Amino acid sequence: MRKLRILYATLVFVFLYLPLGVMVVYSFNASRFSMAWKGFTLDWYVKLFSNAALMQAALNSLLIAALAATCSSILGTLIAMALQRWRFPSRKVIHTSLFVMMMSPDIVIGISLLVLFMALSLPLGFWTLLMAHVTLCVPFVSITVYGRLLGFDPHVVEAARDLGAGEYEVFRHVVLPMVFPAVLAGWFLSFTLSIDDVIISFFTTGPTFEVLPLRIYSMVRLGLKPEVNALCAIMILITAVAVFVSQRFLKEKS
Amino acid sequence: MKNDGFFKLAVIVGVISWMAIFAFVPNILVFLASFSSTSTQNFIEPGFSLSNYARLMDTTHLSILLSSLRLSGLVTVICLVTAYPFAAILARTRKPLRNTLLLLVVIPFWTNSLVRTYAMTAMINSSGIVNNVLLSLGIIDTPLAMMYTPGAVVLGLVYTLLPFMILPLYAALERLDRRYLEAARDLGASPWRAFWKVVVPLTMPGIVSGCMLVFLPGIGMFYVSDVLGGAKAMLLGNFIRDQFLTTRDWPLGAAASVTLTVLMGVMLLLYWKSAARLGGKEA
Repeated sequence: MRKLRILYATLVFVFLYLPLGVMVVYSFNASRFSMAWKGFTLDWYVKLFSNAALMQAALNSLLIAALAATCSSILGTLIAMALQRWRFPSRKVIHTSLFVMMMSPDIVIGISLLVLFMALSLPLGFWTLLMAHVTLCVPFVSITVYGRLLGFDPHVVEAARDLGAGEYEVFRHVVLPMVFPAVLAGWFLSFTLSIDDVIISFFTTGPTFEVLPLRIYSMVRLGLKPEVNALCAIMILITAVAVFVSQRFLKEKS
Repeated sequence: MKNDGFFKLAVIVGVISWMAIFAFVPNILVFLASFSSTSTQNFIEPGFSLSNYARLMDTTHLSILLSSLRLSGLVTVICLVTAYPFAAILARTRKPLRNTLLLLVVIPFWTNSLVRTYAMTAMINSSGIVNNVLLSLGIIDTPLAMMYTPGAVVLGLVYTLLPFMILPLYAALERLDRRYLEAARDLGASPWRAFWKVVVPLTMPGIVSGCMLVFLPGIGMFYVSDVLGGAKAMLLGNFIRDQFLTTRDWPLGAAASVTLTVLMGVMLLLYWKSAARLGGKEA
């Protein structure tokens, strides 16, 4: 029984990792057209870094991800604090909506924002993409931070209030330091969400501002290419590092 | 102290207006658009008619909708059946090893799903690994045509969405108090009966949220169908995308999107019902 369990778990992990591993291995394959192994090369990586359009898209992606993660961390933390500390009309609706937004299929978020931007006649590009990614990430940050806020002793805040701290001081010097690990975890979460997103970007950016996943999308549709393997290998590495770091931050709380 | 009320008010007003602009208004607009008619100038001619929903129900569109639901349902069932035992094994593994294994599930969870879909093509295309292995073992003599079939789309969706099923199931199974199970066994329930009558109901919120996280994206992830399924649009997501970007029939696309949202609403209600039932029992 025990052996069977180990075998089953191993098979699932093989299923999850074999395709990724194969892709990483083939990103070092010298052969361009066949899957046969023709020797080790770094040519595809060199080629990748000399592709100006691709590098621009990668930089754009990093920029959007960093900005979206920062904006949604700030906004998400404020929302979480407001929901936890204050009673105001529509509080319950907002709380539920955040949960619904987190569950919403990307395509529903993508087209609803496209319709919004069209209704406001905003040109699709950097700003619309940033707003869309912030919308995507905020619920994840708020729910993470909210969860951490619930774990705190409310007396700490009351003590600060009794000692004369205003709402802003309480936020800046009491709440923020306490939830900071959760905010950082939320930042990394948002960064990964933003950099991984295909569907929402597809609807909310224009030709003036291209991001990496969309670039990969157009390359992938044309079939297998070793450069794409190399690019995907780099993306896997970045994700693995981001996940590792954000797990570290979340672990600090326990 | 002097900015006391101001900070609180500013945050509350900011939060409410942000939610209104980016969460409520866009969805209301899509909802309204689904009742409008098309116009060559503005994509949308305001009005009220149910014609878009009627069009969605005509034979060609209905068959896309139904086949997408069927495909995604199949993907959900495969993921659930594969992930449940796996999550149970994970939940029973001891601490240091369990955290490592969990991290190994989380990494694919966060890896770009387009990258993962693409990785699948290298496995199953005519010169891919699977065909190579089968050819060299002499099991087949001509490469199997696995790409551009509904099966490839199902495989791609299972591959990209499996971690989204594993994690909620794991969370539910980890929280499961094993004493309930022991009590059921002590009272004479067979393992099978104890599983269905105790474990499944207690992990129902995890099952429902896992199914939701697989089923809904399984309808919408158009690029999986593009990359693995070829030109034939197999998912409702492809259909919605085409209505918005190619055919420019926004009201029809909006109606399809509202349908998807309603589906999500039904699944969320199921989730809350199952979670509330558990909460009530424990109190």
